[in-house]
Amino acid sequence: MSQAIKIKSLSKSFGPIHAVRDVSFDVGHGEVLGFLGPNGAGKSTTMKMITGFLEPTSGTVEVDGHDVLEDALSVKRSIGYLPEGAPAYGEMTVRNFLNFIADIRELRGSTRNQRLNEVIETINIENVIDQTIETLSKGYKRRVGLAQAILHDPNILVLDEPTDGLDPNQKHEVRNLIKKMAKEKAIIISTHILEEVDAVCTRAIIISSGELLFDGTPEQLIAKSEQGDIDHAFRNITMSKTIKS
Amino acid sequence: MNGLISIYKRELTSYFVTPVAYVFIVIFLFMTGVFTFYLGAFYESNQADLEPFFRFHPWLYLFLIPAISMRLWSDERKSGSIELLMTLPVSITDAVVAKYLAAWTFTAIALILTFPMWITVNYLGEPDNAVILASYIGSLIMAGGFLAIGSCISALTKSQVISFVISVVICFMFILSGFPMVLDLFESWAPQAVIDAIASFSFLTHFTSIKKGVIDMRDVIYFSALITFWLYVNVVIVENKKAD
Ligand SMILES: Nc1ncnc2c1ncn2[C@@H]1O[C@H](COP(=O)(O)OP(=O)(O)O)[C@@H](O)[C@H]1O
Ligand SMILES: [Mg+2]
Repeated sequence: MSQAIKIKSLSKSFGPIHAVRDVSFDVGHGEVLGFLGPNGAGKSTTMKMITGFLEPTSGTVEVDGHDVLEDALSVKRSIGYLPEGAPAYGEMTVRNFLNFIADIRELRGSTRNQRLNEVIETINIENVIDQTIETLSKGYKRRVGLAQAILHDPNILVLDEPTDGLDPNQKHEVRNLIKKMAKEKAIIISTHILEEVDAVCTRAIIISSGELLFDGTPEQLIAKSEQGDIDHAFRNITMSKTIKS
Repeated sequence: MNGLISIYKRELTSYFVTPVAYVFIVIFLFMTGVFTFYLGAFYESNQADLEPFFRFHPWLYLFLIPAISMRLWSDERKSGSIELLMTLPVSITDAVVAKYLAAWTFTAIALILTFPMWITVNYLGEPDNAVILASYIGSLIMAGGFLAIGSCISALTKSQVISFVISVVICFMFILSGFPMVLDLFESWAPQAVIDAIASFSFLTHFTSIKKGVIDMRDVIYFSALITFWLYVNVVIVENKKAD
């Protein structure tokens, strides 16, 4: 298993706020990493640094062997990213939006059409394809964001709360999609829905107040609770931290 | 280059999917008409040229260009789409230039649609069409100057209204600095070199010869330098403010 993402002593401060403190971990191809933590833990900030949107205050991020500061464009080419809230251009139709992403990702000719058709089918957005994005429901907006992220069939996927705001059926679909893509790709998903970890992740990381508190398999995480309950384990880990600090 | 072209195409088409573009063009044409025929006394001048038409372009642009540029970056920041844009494989410079060029193209389209004015003057007399063409080009270059200021300012704030107001104020200063009234204020005490320097920053000073159909290299260099400067600052601001 080769390393797709290498993070070393990553820190980010916004003025006096230490959003991420000295976080290190690697993600390999074939891994689905569940990135857990309470609200404000620093999950989105970490993802923004991995995808090159934010510059770290200190520490390094390497994606497929490229340093995110030195070779930002290569990093951006190999990653598919769903930012928190799935931002898009609201006035565009889904079709035009995906065509724009295909343009900028340099998808051409038959590969382009094939990828567009494949993605529209797997993400199930055929029926809204000519609707403007601003008129879509939250669930569909999220799906368009996902479609955008996987369009160029990237090796590495960074998904910030991909199932947030979806109904149970949609959640189920998205999880299946992630599982389907998991074999060849390195995937990081942030979530605060813990059942998701058990359902799709091969590994879990917990951060709280910017600090890494746990890194292991979902089974090891569950073992942190006497009752064998993942919610309980999560509380154990994140609350003990709050009491200490 | 691919990123630049993709964004340029997206931006330019986005002008025409909302009614805003059409409203803008109608207002632009209406205002050029009002200025030319009433304030410019186009008929009364009994001259077959478009000088009365071009004379008011700086004033027209003062309000209309910030109306185009106000959303360029502020909207991107407000909606959060800037995070998507900045994580696609495209450099900030390419994104800034692409958005700017799309806005400039849109302005050019609005300007081209004033062609009935040109038809009218050719119908009424025998104007020097080379002069008119040169004036059009000069006017478009000046619009580019206003746009660069507006684009840069729009990156400073998430509010389109604030972006509009600040852009108008800054553009106004760039017009005003060549105004005789303003220069008179300095006349009595400042050395001529200072007065010339202030005047040389003015869009009006550089537009005087342009509106007569003379494209002087110095004016072109002035506007190119101005555009480059403001777009450079634009890139720096986007770089620093993108995640705020
Ligand atoms: N642009 C910013 N400016 C100032 N503080 C920020 C900014 N972005 C995030 N933060 C702060 O950093 C911390 C971590 O936020 P975030 O990474 O969004 O958490 P999570 O995604 O885990 O909920 C929070 O305290 C948040 O308020
Ligand atoms: Mg978050």
